[in-house]
Amino acid sequence: MTNHWVDIKNADLVVIMGGNAAEAHPCGFKWVVEAKKGRKARLIVVDPRFTRSASVSDFYAPIRPGSDIAFLGGVINYLLTNDKIHHDYVKNYTNATFLIDEGFKFDDGFFSGYNAEKRSYDKATWQYQKDKDGYAMVDETLQSPHCVFQLMKKHYSRYSPELVSKVTGTPKEDFLKICGMIAETSVPGKTMTILYALGWTEHTVGSQNIRTMAMIQLLLGNMGRAGGGVNALRGHSNVQGITDMCLYSEVLPGYLSAPTDGDKTFDEYLAKRTPKALRPNQMNFPQNFPKWITSLCKAWYGSAATKENGFCYDWLPKKDAAYDAMAIFERMHQGKMQGFVCQGFNPLASMANKRKIGDALAKLKYLVIIDPLSTETSEFWKNYGEFNQTDPAQIQTEVFRLPCTLVAEDSGSYTNSGRVAQWHWKAADGPGDSKGDAEIMAALFLRLKEMYAKDGGKFPDAILNLAWPHRIPAKPAPEELLMEISGKALADVYDPKDKTKVIAKAGEQLAGFAQLRDDGSTSCGNWIYGGCWSQAGNLTARRDAADPSGLGQTLNWGFAWPANRRILYNRAGADPSGKPWDAKRAGIRWTGTAWAGNDVPDMRPDAAPEEKVMPFIMTPEGVARLFAPLMAEGPFPEHYEPYETPLDNNPFHPKNPKATSNPTARVFKGDMDSFGTAKDFPYVATTYRLVEHFHFWTKHAHINAVLQPEHFVEIGEELAKEKGIQAGDKVKVRSNRGYIKAVAVVTKRIRTLDVDGKKVHTVGLPLNSGFTGVTKPGFITNTLTPFVGDPNCQTPEYKAFLVNIEKV
Amino acid sequence: MQVTRRQFFKICSAGLGGSSIAMLGYSPTAALAEVREFKLARATETRNMCPYCSVSCGVLAYSIGDKSKNAKAKIIHIEGDPDNPVNRGTLCPKGAGLLDMINSPNRLKFPEVREAGSNEWKRISWDEAITRITKHMKADRDANFVEKNAEGTTVNRWNTFGFLASSASSNEPGYLTVKTLRALGVVALDTQARI
Repeated sequence: MTNHWVDIKNADLVVIMGGNAAEAHPCGFKWVVEAKKGRKARLIVVDPRFTRSASVSDFYAPIRPGSDIAFLGGVINYLLTNDKIHHDYVKNYTNATFLIDEGFKFDDGFFSGYNAEKRSYDKATWQYQKDKDGYAMVDETLQSPHCVFQLMKKHYSRYSPELVSKVTGTPKEDFLKICGMIAETSVPGKTMTILYALGWTEHTVGSQNIRTMAMIQLLLGNMGRAGGGVNALRGHSNVQGITDMCLYSEVLPGYLSAPTDGDKTFDEYLAKRTPKALRPNQMNFPQNFPKWITSLCKAWYGSAATKENGFCYDWLPKKDAAYDAMAIFERMHQGKMQGFVCQGFNPLASMANKRKIGDALAKLKYLVIIDPLSTETSEFWKNYGEFNQTDPAQIQTEVFRLPCTLVAEDSGSYTNSGRVAQWHWKAADGPGDSKGDAEIMAALFLRLKEMYAKDGGKFPDAILNLAWPHRIPAKPAPEELLMEISGKALADVYDPKDKTKVIAKAGEQLAGFAQLRDDGSTSCGNWIYGGCWSQAGNLTARRDAADPSGLGQTLNWGFAWPANRRILYNRAGADPSGKPWDAKRAGIRWTGTAWAGNDVPDMRPDAAPEEKVMPFIMTPEGVARLFAPLMAEGPFPEHYEPYETPLDNNPFHPKNPKATSNPTARVFKGDMDSFGTAKDFPYVATTYRLVEHFHFWTKHAHINAVLQPEHFVEIGEELAKEKGIQAGDKVKVRSNRGYIKAVAVVTKRIRTLDVDGKKVHTVGLPLNSGFTGVTKPGFITNTLTPFVGDPNCQTPEYKAFLVNIEKV
Repeated sequence: MQVTRRQFFKICSAGLGGSSIAMLGYSPTAALAEVREFKLARATETRNMCPYCSVSCGVLAYSIGDKSKNAKAKIIHIEGDPDNPVNRGTLCPKGAGLLDMINSPNRLKFPEVREAGSNEWKRISWDEAITRITKHMKADRDANFVEKNAEGTTVNRWNTFGFLASSASSNEPGYLTVKTLRALGVVALDTQARI
């Protein structure tokens, strides 16, 4: 979330699309109710199903799964055509005025530079025009045909209400009604917030779904403001924190881009990741990259990391290819992996195409499960009849299962969706011989270290020299770890403006990331958490819920990264002169000498408005991007059909079959054959959570099993009638990858939609079923889902694919 | 005069009617309250968080046993933390069932192994588990570690071993996990953030 849970109450309009907060995030959803109660806010829900969020909305509209960009692109067109945008905001705080290379084109579904063989773009023409000093050129009049504003206007002019309705199945009048409600928030005194979840991310165009809404929020001037923002309602309780710690291949803690084979030396690596400002006077905050990575290397390799050896840069593993979860299972499926660990992760149930995952696991030599529960993955080898047909004797994988604790049995910090890290305290030991995750990782690592010290082996240096400053080495304490994450001075740190003034003495905890240095005098495990454990102690454990502003900022409750800032880009909540757009919901303001107010300023504190330092400090241009060349499939989002579509073509490009689906999506060789067509699988399917269950965990808890005991699928009345299915019948749902059986729920909640001249039925598939647990054993829903992903973040397309259904 | 419930019944069974005891001035009220005392009155309250969705609701975990070495704590009740500014004491149907999750019959209690081709789990000790796993890991790493790529660039990666990390872990074990894995050269690393 760019904002936070409680801030939802400050909105005038709440849009829920690609999510179902009332059921998936019930206690966060209360802030929507609070907005309705407190400020007469209105709620719009757009979803294939009439969800419980929809049931308390002011306006609901149905949509075909996988057509969100068509809908949102239509909203952009409406806002531009009807001139319902926040002009001062767009002109000053976005790249609307920026001039793009004259070679940039969009033609029949493809942007300039497509390489069909590589399934990717050469982005040479997607760049800013630059002046002799290397700065991006702009046209303040917004009239040049090459400026972002005009290009955007042209791009979305095709998204007429008629075409939107034809593609999405949303009735035209419903669509226009929503456009009108959204447009009302383009005035400076109103804000809209958007709450989305995996209903947007889990598509082959997932990242662009979210970007389209980000563009809308920029056009409306809603970023950086109370009651605004783009708010991802994330999955697990600490998925935000674990993302921040960067337990994934592309990055190191704090989203520092990880080295690849192309980054031969430390200097080369730094040069590529330390951008130069693209406009004069901008903060260009990523220019501090060398300080962040150097401090990380010092936290990891201690005194072994020196200036002379590039702070042990060579010890960091370099990536030669993609190693995301899909790529890992593809490699495993090809027999290229020997060993694998699942720590609190149940991929047999949660990855797409269960059969492929099971086959892949069976090719491993050893599999280690670290989990509090008996997961399906841990028993992938076991024959559970129809639910999991295997021959254990043929599966040669050695499987180890290590019991770990659950949250109440461990101390530490969790970071919620609103980026607020909060400390929790251990209440009891786990059952039996279970151990905490840190203790288990320490046991594995310290044993390996002992073996490398004694017997030698390949490249032991990084293992033997890894900093391990723990009082009890076998039990690294969470307090010690959070202090390491937060950062400390290794030598005296001086004020850059006054070299005689010590701002942090050697050995002290640092106050924040501004004190980090690139000379090895500071260490910090994760720069964005810098200062969460300062000399004042553990700030994540603060429990002062005082809220003097009334906006719900609670600055002394826990610690929000970065720098305890509650609303990101909050400089954009004030006009160019520093006056808040809305005095009643003021974030920060320019006092005449400094930025101050109800939040930690997202701006250099003494940057006077005349200096024109723009609010989006993490971009080298200082402004937000309506045109974003970093995206894989294009700088402007374009509608592409899901990989399994009920339509014959992409109605936006009916004559170009190559532009039917995202031309850059992640598809592995062999998986193309696993896709089905509408001829055999005529119905659209989508997956979702139930309010009574959390993924595959709560089916192990008695009360949740009582509340929701058995797997079901949800179909509309029209489809039920067509197929002769009654509520309570057992049905078989098939995709080209397998089948599941479950009880049919026949409902009014899923409508049949008119799409491109045909009727499209949607089948709803709750995902919480499995064959271990205290619920009735059932099939794994992801038996059906396709192994194809978004090209930017490699998230599989769980939310829109094709199935057939019949009565058993 | 104080009478406990047990004494009260004893007196009754000795042949005196309850009403006559009351008339004599004996009242059992205080004693009844003592027998059905409030469960939470002597419980230890610990501030914790719900491990499910990303609202990360604050919860209060109540345990009996004061967490000293000879009084092992057992969680007997969980409710929403009314001070938490986000959930303000509320919990959803998932969070409200947390106690059943903690006490799930499917909690793993001991390290186990399923041998190659076998159809069952076998209980092993932690030492045996760690010994066997690290033996596999070292053999794998020593056989497949890439120090330099074809161009001669130092890459120090181990890509025949993969790890999916938990988004239900706290930040601290998460950080320790990434720190140790990267030191081993692991690149095939991912988490629920992506799916």
